[in-house]
Amino acid sequence: MKEEFDILIVDDEQVVVDSIKRICEINNFTVDYALEAETAIKKISQAKFKLIICDIMMPVMDGFQFINELRNKNIDLPVIVTSGYSTIENAVRSLYAGALDFIPKPFTFDEITSIIKRCIKYRELTDPATHINNPIVYVPCPAKYYRLGYSCWVNKLLDGTVNIGATDIFIKTIENIKAIEFQEIDTMINQAEPVVKIISEDETINQLYSAISGRIIECNTKLLTDINLLEKDPYFGGWIYRILPSQLEFEMSMLSPCSSDL
Amino acid sequence: MKGLSQIGIFKRIGLKLTIVVSLTSLVIIGVYSYFNISSQNDVLLAEVERHANQLSETVKNSTRYSMLFNERDQIQETIMTIGKDPTIYDVRILNKEGMIIYSRKQDEIGQMLDKKAESCYACHAENKPLEKLPMKDRTRIFKLHPDSTRIMGIVNPIYNEKSCWQAECHAHSADATVLGVLDVSISLEPIDRQLKKNQIRVLILAVVSVIALGLIIGLFVKKWIDKPVKELVKATNEVALGNLNYTITNLGNDELGYLGQSFNKMISKLEETHLQLMQSDKMASLGRLAAGVAHEINNPLTGVLTYSSFLLKRTKDNPQMQEDLNVIVRETMRSREIIKGLLDFARQSAPKKYQVDINDIIKRAISVVNNQLKYSNINLSTKFNEQLPKVTADANQIQQVCLNLLLNAIDAIGPKGGTIEIITNLISLPPKGNTQIKSAVCPKNHSFIYKEFKIGGLPSLQLKIKSNGIEGFINLDPVYGSNRHFFGINLSKNKSINLTCPTCDVSLIDKNEKCPKCNGPVYKLIIPNQGYLLGCASFNDNWQKWEFIDRGGDRKFVEIKIKDDGCGIAQENIPKLFEPFFSTKGQKGTGLGLAIVWGIIDNHNGTINVDSEVGKGTTFSIKLPLA
Repeated sequence: MKEEFDILIVDDEQVVVDSIKRICEINNFTVDYALEAETAIKKISQAKFKLIICDIMMPVMDGFQFINELRNKNIDLPVIVTSGYSTIENAVRSLYAGALDFIPKPFTFDEITSIIKRCIKYRELTDPATHINNPIVYVPCPAKYYRLGYSCWVNKLLDGTVNIGATDIFIKTIENIKAIEFQEIDTMINQAEPVVKIISEDETINQLYSAISGRIIECNTKLLTDINLLEKDPYFGGWIYRILPSQLEFEMSMLSPCSSDL
Repeated sequence: MKGLSQIGIFKRIGLKLTIVVSLTSLVIIGVYSYFNISSQNDVLLAEVERHANQLSETVKNSTRYSMLFNERDQIQETIMTIGKDPTIYDVRILNKEGMIIYSRKQDEIGQMLDKKAESCYACHAENKPLEKLPMKDRTRIFKLHPDSTRIMGIVNPIYNEKSCWQAECHAHSADATVLGVLDVSISLEPIDRQLKKNQIRVLILAVVSVIALGLIIGLFVKKWIDKPVKELVKATNEVALGNLNYTITNLGNDELGYLGQSFNKMISKLEETHLQLMQSDKMASLGRLAAGVAHEINNPLTGVLTYSSFLLKRTKDNPQMQEDLNVIVRETMRSREIIKGLLDFARQSAPKKYQVDINDIIKRAISVVNNQLKYSNINLSTKFNEQLPKVTADANQIQQVCLNLLLNAIDAIGPKGGTIEIITNLISLPPKGNTQIKSAVCPKNHSFIYKEFKIGGLPSLQLKIKSNGIEGFINLDPVYGSNRHFFGINLSKNKSINLTCPTCDVSLIDKNEKCPKCNGPVYKLIIPNQGYLLGCASFNDNWQKWEFIDRGGDRKFVEIKIKDDGCGIAQENIPKLFEPFFSTKGQKGTGLGLAIVWGIIDNHNGTINVDSEVGKGTTFSIKLPLA
């Protein structure tokens, strides 16, 4: 029988490993760690994990190579990428490479807890092993939509603006949504930058990354009165922002078409 | 590095050229002299031959009677007398058998000559003797022995005549044809001496002309080639040592002069690229530094932030500790923002430039706002210059500029509707009035750039001014040739004015220069790496001179004009327009739009101007340099 852990931490800095390990243990997750990517791959083949948290800048094999290696080996585990070199490019690149989420260093206890919990939930929802008898029930994005990672969708409107919103699976990873906090209209936002806070009953703040850069020209104020709209109609009535994009064509190349999900 | 002096003397162009020209002239002189001397030789010999023939005939005729009367002593006497001439080597008469019967040299008389001897050779070369000897065959030139002078001999046969066999002596029978031979030999020594003299003369001519040619060519090579080449080598060495301000002074108007001019052009281009390269290099290293710092600091900060935020959660019942921990968390978060800002700055300051079509970019920006234009009843017209050359620019950033300006125009027009016009054009402008002075320092390297006071949206140049005993500041217009200066004190224009550096008080008046317009004092500011800016310090007129920039001539720009007929901008707001966080839109605006526009255009070495009238509209003009 293989050993089982919830989380594998891959980071070449002992202090980061210790910090994440401590947080995970407080949240009752079992943890193993590796100080380099090769060891991590070895550990994955020897034990079972639900989630990997890995750094980008590591000696020998970096985070992106590590994710590629996992894909090559057909290891379908969700990965959270963290980096001290916390640029937007790195965030976009991580999500495009197939990371489930990105968290810049340094982070607070709450920030990483929220992400870990969501990703564990995502794993539970999508892991084929737990759903053999019980097929997963989430609605994929409509075919003409695009998405950044698994969480944020974007839909081009006819007038040159776009709508963005949260995918059904992202909403389902958050338990008991209580409220939503918008940014102000006219704010310039960047791709892969947290743009909206979705707050659950236990006061956990869940940040959604924007799929596109531009200027916020409208918020879906209906969500303020009826938060359930997010869950009930995530792709149409539950849109979050209308945005005037600034570099649409370039940024579209970093998004995945939703038609590939069907 | 190899200096000019290290080139071997035989490898120098001057010497090579001299040698080649000298050799050529030597060959020409040689060939000419050879033909000249040999023709002289021929002429002189012909003369001698004629003289010898005459002599020979004279002897023959003068001895004729003596022979007829067989007066042998008389004949010998005549020959002796004629033979006294120093040029006559010998005069003798041989009989048919080859015996010398008369001779100038008396000891020869009675000797038998072999038929192979020089005198006999002409007739007896073949076995049977010739009876008639043509004139040209009578002479011969010979040497008695190899070291002696040349001698010309002439043989004159004495034919049998009626009077000879009828003479009383009956010495000759009637059937003989030739009775004997008169042989006259003349020494050629004077001719040979003459020829030798000529040869020496030719040799002297050759040596003198080769030396003269060498000197003349050497002199001109030095003047036309050596000096300019030395100057060019000096210039290249200066540049190699990093002095990109070195310019070659006039080298004349020949090919080397042209080379010098193109060298100057190349260096000024090189300097420009060098500066740009240094700037982008600086940005790149700043980026690398930021990345390194971010990575190195963010890891330990992760430890601090996670543990402190965790402790904050665990000590909810201890308000004292909460307060302290809050400080740690808050300050760590602040550090996080600072590093994020550093990373963003490093990322932003390196635009990704490549060759772009400005018209295309504007069309893309228009497509983004097209629907908004429709909703606001705005009529957009475009006048694109379709022949616009491509510009090196960051397409995304320029698009953002156009988008920001378009959105501003839409806001300015408001819901009642109006028109926006976008014009692109290729223009070429003189440097005056279109070049920003981005840095200027005093001799002690203190910068004059004063960001707190802007003229035309650009940081001004602040100097200290003293006039009439009053001290104050003057802010010079940072655009070269444009004179929107701001005077901090009342200037009485006819009083003496002193300008000094506000930091170190060093005088900026250049005593060696006078304003060419009013003959007044001139200030001189150092523009790092770009020469000096001179200007009239009495401010009676607007004279300014920045030779480094003037030298570059007119520059080409792509101009983008965005015109709207919206509400316009109040005159007092125009200077503050491009400042960050300045907004007239209240809560609606962030005050960053035009600051970003300005930053981007500045980053592309371009300029942006605004022309506006309240109630009539606003025009933004952007000029992006072609190269």
